[in-house]
Amino acid sequence: MIEYQNIFTQVQVDAPDYPGVPIGRDEYNRVGGITHSWLAGKLGDAQIGPIYLGPFGVLSIIFGFMAFEIIGLNMWASVNWDPIEFIRQLPWLALEPPPPQYGLSIPPLNDGGWWLLAGFFLTASILLWWWRTFTLSQRLGMSNYLAWAFGAAIWLYLVLGFFRPILMGSWSEAVPFGLFPHLDWTAAFSLRYGNLFYNPFHMLSIAFLYGSAILFAMHGATILAVSRYGGDREIDQVTDIGTAGERSMLYWRWVMGFNASMESIHRWAWWFAVLTVITGGIGILLTGTVVENWYLWGVKHGIAPAYPAIEATPVMDPLMTEAQ
Amino acid sequence: MNITKTLKIAAVALSGALFLAACDAPPPESVQRGPAGTGMVLIYNGDDLDNVVANNTVPEAPPQLPAGGPKASEIYQNVEVLGDLSIGQFTRLMTSITEWVSPEEGCNYCHVAEGFHLDTKYTKKVARVMLAMTQRANQDYGDHVGNAGVTCYTCHRGKNIPEYVWTTDPGGPHAAGITTAMQNIASEAAGNTSLPFDPFTPYFEQAQSIRVAGDTALPEGNNSSIKQTEWIYSLMMHFSDSLGVNCTHCHNTRAFSDWEQSSPERVKAWHGIQMVREMNTQFINRTTDWLPEHRKGPLGDPLKVNCGTCHQGAYQPLLGANMINDYPTLKTYNEATKAAYVDDAE
Repeated sequence: MIEYQNIFTQVQVDAPDYPGVPIGRDEYNRVGGITHSWLAGKLGDAQIGPIYLGPFGVLSIIFGFMAFEIIGLNMWASVNWDPIEFIRQLPWLALEPPPPQYGLSIPPLNDGGWWLLAGFFLTASILLWWWRTFTLSQRLGMSNYLAWAFGAAIWLYLVLGFFRPILMGSWSEAVPFGLFPHLDWTAAFSLRYGNLFYNPFHMLSIAFLYGSAILFAMHGATILAVSRYGGDREIDQVTDIGTAGERSMLYWRWVMGFNASMESIHRWAWWFAVLTVITGGIGILLTGTVVENWYLWGVKHGIAPAYPAIEATPVMDPLMTEAQ
Repeated sequence: MNITKTLKIAAVALSGALFLAACDAPPPESVQRGPAGTGMVLIYNGDDLDNVVANNTVPEAPPQLPAGGPKASEIYQNVEVLGDLSIGQFTRLMTSITEWVSPEEGCNYCHVAEGFHLDTKYTKKVARVMLAMTQRANQDYGDHVGNAGVTCYTCHRGKNIPEYVWTTDPGGPHAAGITTAMQNIASEAAGNTSLPFDPFTPYFEQAQSIRVAGDTALPEGNNSSIKQTEWIYSLMMHFSDSLGVNCTHCHNTRAFSDWEQSSPERVKAWHGIQMVREMNTQFINRTTDWLPEHRKGPLGDPLKVNCGTCHQGAYQPLLGANMINDYPTLKTYNEATKAAYVDDAE
């Protein structure tokens, strides 16, 4: 098994055409032929296709394409249909949500209406795709971890673009569609609501996000490191632990006194990933609806320490001093 | 692992390190401002600082002339804002203004040969407004201009039109069917971000509120939007860019809106906003009716001032050099100017 002793994939997983297990009456939903790609084999399985599309997959792709078109054409219109400017300015361009004066009413198409429409199609596309992740697990006799994990990400998406704007009473609170503009929105969001770093759910979300990354790296590295002992047969090792599992667990016990089990490491990773977006969504949903200024909220609850003033004479708000 | 492989890895690592080292900018200088732990650190780039120093030198002042003797208004006709000056002071200031504003065109940039008193050229009329504006800043906006004061040179630096001016920006062309959001295009005014591209009109001409952040822990009716916040953000990019400073020059970034954690410079900047707004509305906009089209923006408004007009990349214009003591005649305005401009502003 010397092939494993490399940081890049060394094994081509390839076999004769294999369409997968029979799934009964909706067999016709599996479309496209089977091809084999050496390059795909460098990354994963060398066999490409057939893909299970089904009516939900088709609708999801159509709706997703409509959202993509609405966003793209609005961006292009914003530079007067100039193809060069469209490419040059692409990272700066956006489809903005309606201005605040429209509240939750339906704005004219050219003043935020397209944003609402793009949001509708994108949401429909995502929800249909979610249904696909659910039914495909069912078809294969799997349980629903994937669908619930994807659902957690959809929760954050819906909080940002749907639930929170409704609670705030204005579509203008939602995120624009655009590369830099959505980042500017994020910074402005934190500035408006007194520094998101003091939002405990933001803290949790960051901890789970960084935690997910490190768990992923630790797990991948550990399994590769014991693959010469058969550690890559992870599921076997759950119920019938061999020297690979023993060594990898002993390693972490030596390093930090505690280790995951061959089964629990996957639950850690799943929960870390899922909690990143669940806690993040809660943090966003509370902002502006329940909490106005996270820094002042932090002061009130003793999580924001006070520091000495910068100058001996503390700075005063000039509006207050002029009033005196 | 054999020796060839080891050498290969070493070669790759070495060339990678050299490549990254060659890309690296010289290390920035950081200056701690507040107590440790507050993150109040000012970051400066050495090359930028050298440029700022080179671009902010003060020209030598001509010798002072006696304040005694006849007044300018007694010798010349049509002297409104500088009438109280002695004839010596008046001539000296005119010479300096020529050096500061029209060194190539000379007197004829404003005056006509038929008679220096004639208001034939618009530039002469603009100069009158500009002098009144300068005197107003020096007399009444000490909270912003301090002891250093301002002269024509603070902005003009030997050019007819100061390098950094603005007009209301209607944005580039867009399809007729859509309403522009006034943002989401690479904008120099907004520091090359996609933030709103004209942060000047709402705050430096109109007096829209800059205070959007909540000042209570829980919601108590502040309905400022995130979009409004983006406009303020853009304005702050302009402050930062014009002064060559980062946010911490004025703010503690843990709580941008909190005055007690801010530096005294934030109060100076606050007075600066009031001053610039008055300069644009009470002085410059009065030239709109008779200013030629080529001195106006696409919407027909005159070229106006913002932070960059004076600061030009320095935290204090001309790095805080005191020029006004060499030109004391620009320190105060007379009764006529007060009646024409100041009473109306107050």
